[in-house]
Amino acid sequence: MKTRSTIFLVLKYLLLIAIAVIAIYPALWILLSSFRPGTSLYSETLIPETFTIAHYKELFNNPSFQYGRWYLNTLKIATLTMVFSTILITLSMYALSRFRFRGRQNILTTMLVLGMFPGFMSMIAIFIFLLQLNLLDTHAALILVYSAGSVLGGFVVKGFYDTIPRSLDEAARIDGATHLQVFLKIMLPLSKPMLTYVALTTFTGAWVDFIFARLVLRTKENWTLAVGMWDLVNSFQNSNFTLFAAGAVLIAVPITLLFFFLQRFLVQGMMSGASKG
Amino acid sequence: MRHRSLAAVLSTLFMGLGQLYNRQYLKGLLLAAVEALAIFTFLPSLGKAIWGVYTLGEKTQGFEKVGRVTVRVEGDHSIYLLISGLITLFLFAIFLIIYIMNIRDAYRTGAAREAGAKPASFKQTFAYVTDKKFPHLMLALPAAGVLFLTIMPIVFMIMLAFTNYASPNHIPPKSLVDWVGFGTFANLLTLKTWSGTFVGVFTWTIVWAVVATVTTYFGGILVALLIESKGVRFKKLWRTIFILPYAIPQLISLLAMRNLFNGQFGPINQYLGYFGLGKLPWLTDPLWAKATVILVNMWIGIPVTMVLILGILTAIPKDMYEAADVDGATGFQKFRIITMPFILFSTAPILITQFAGNINNFNVIFLLTNGDPVNGSYQYAGSTDLLVTWLYKLTLNNSQFNMASAIGIIIFLIVASFSIWNYRRTRSFKEEDMIQ
Repeated sequence: MKTRSTIFLVLKYLLLIAIAVIAIYPALWILLSSFRPGTSLYSETLIPETFTIAHYKELFNNPSFQYGRWYLNTLKIATLTMVFSTILITLSMYALSRFRFRGRQNILTTMLVLGMFPGFMSMIAIFIFLLQLNLLDTHAALILVYSAGSVLGGFVVKGFYDTIPRSLDEAARIDGATHLQVFLKIMLPLSKPMLTYVALTTFTGAWVDFIFARLVLRTKENWTLAVGMWDLVNSFQNSNFTLFAAGAVLIAVPITLLFFFLQRFLVQGMMSGASKG
Repeated sequence: MRHRSLAAVLSTLFMGLGQLYNRQYLKGLLLAAVEALAIFTFLPSLGKAIWGVYTLGEKTQGFEKVGRVTVRVEGDHSIYLLISGLITLFLFAIFLIIYIMNIRDAYRTGAAREAGAKPASFKQTFAYVTDKKFPHLMLALPAAGVLFLTIMPIVFMIMLAFTNYASPNHIPPKSLVDWVGFGTFANLLTLKTWSGTFVGVFTWTIVWAVVATVTTYFGGILVALLIESKGVRFKKLWRTIFILPYAIPQLISLLAMRNLFNGQFGPINQYLGYFGLGKLPWLTDPLWAKATVILVNMWIGIPVTMVLILGILTAIPKDMYEAADVDGATGFQKFRIITMPFILFSTAPILITQFAGNINNFNVIFLLTNGDPVNGSYQYAGSTDLLVTWLYKLTLNNSQFNMASAIGIIIFLIVASFSIWNYRRTRSFKEEDMIQ
């Protein structure tokens, strides 16, 4: 009996190690490739014989990329999108969760229905709309569209507010607090995990979007990282793989680090959305 | 009687007049300003908007003789006409709501005055709005954003499905676009080239959605159970490692995977070579490409389910297992009778959501295979294209806008029917107030 369970345990560990290798390998491979001399995809060994940071230097020095500039653009767009979306989502979902008013059920149903259309079905219309507003090739357009669009994905936040007992705000209302005071002084401090979740998801969403950004941003100076990356992959195909690897590492590292730091909140956010659908 | 009808008539004549008559000066001026703004901006073009949406333009771009020279004359641009017409109509609808509210308000205040009450001061109105209308105030800005950047574009695209807006013959400004009713849908389902592609892509979309959902779901459950199983140590470490694929942005991991599975130089085929195996056409053979996208999707999707299941596992009451132990249940029996039903019960809604999400899973297909390998018998689509990626290609590469819109509507119908079924089943949508 004893030996059987030991064999089982060994098998379990072997399986865990195998999964761990599969989970880590692609990331490790890209990371190591970015330090490998030469440009080719093919390499004899996983770990390069010599390490070089030439590819990172090239990203910032080669005139056909403006990696530093794209980085700043992306940082600006993602941060502003994060701020505006978080405000919009929190406000609207709080209102939808806390208050019972005429038309509320209709709004919820409309949100659900709108969420079922493929997102970029509306791309052409938004494109012409932005053209007429003279907003094409501006960062403001991206921030506007991302922030306005984020509201529809707010069901998780509504689910979160649904779980906060209503006696809390009723007590404050009896003590004479206005709705705004209840929201700012009681609800906001309680929603820290949710705010973090929303901020993180909207930030990453803007950070990695290339579909809409590619459509709106026409000049190279205005590009974001994701658009530049997409262009790099498409124009070089696989002929300059190590350069792609270096660019990929620089895009992925901040998001991955953020994710691990805020993991706890993310899981909480996902769970509270899960229980309420 | 006098006050209320007079105020209402005055407000009908020009917004705010009734309020001024009711001695609510600030409110009256604000409303008057709204109407003035409307008159200066979009109201005059209302007629043209209706004409534009109805006819989609009448004058084709062409050449006209002016005296002895021929000059090019700009024609109507059907698509611009349609969009600006829609925007005007949306603005007009909002204006109409405010207008009616303005008349009702004047009437009510007039009635209150007749009853001897003093009309509310601006301060009182303000207090009333921020207290009783607080949710509306909070929702106003997001609603405006959604109205113009989501609803308007979707209405526009739905309308496109009923036009002939497609290359090569109906692309403005060169030529006009016309309403064709259900012609686009009829073509999609009956014209051999279109219907063949549609049936093929549709079937693959459903197969993909089912397989992708099932594999990631049960994969996630297995991995979670493995971490939580008896005797395994460093649970937190394993969890953190396994979350990694979820933490890396999909844009990066998928582009990396594309290189990883590269048939000629990719490391995977290289390792197969070490084991004496031949190279596999991971992304170039239609069948293999389908298998590859599902494999890669497992890599991305299993961590998500795993995190969810790990959370649910901790929520299972421990006394249930203790009771089972007392009754002498084996490990497998405990799993079958306690763990699995508990997981299934709490994740069933997510399963459906993930299924709907997979039907629209643009990233995995577009970034990994771009819909390729090319399928000769398909119209503008490849072997791994889903309906969404096909829609994307039709819109951005091939200018088949009407067909793309029709496909978008069909995707919507599929996703909507699953979601409605899901919500009915779980009822959490309806009975949300039960928790409190």
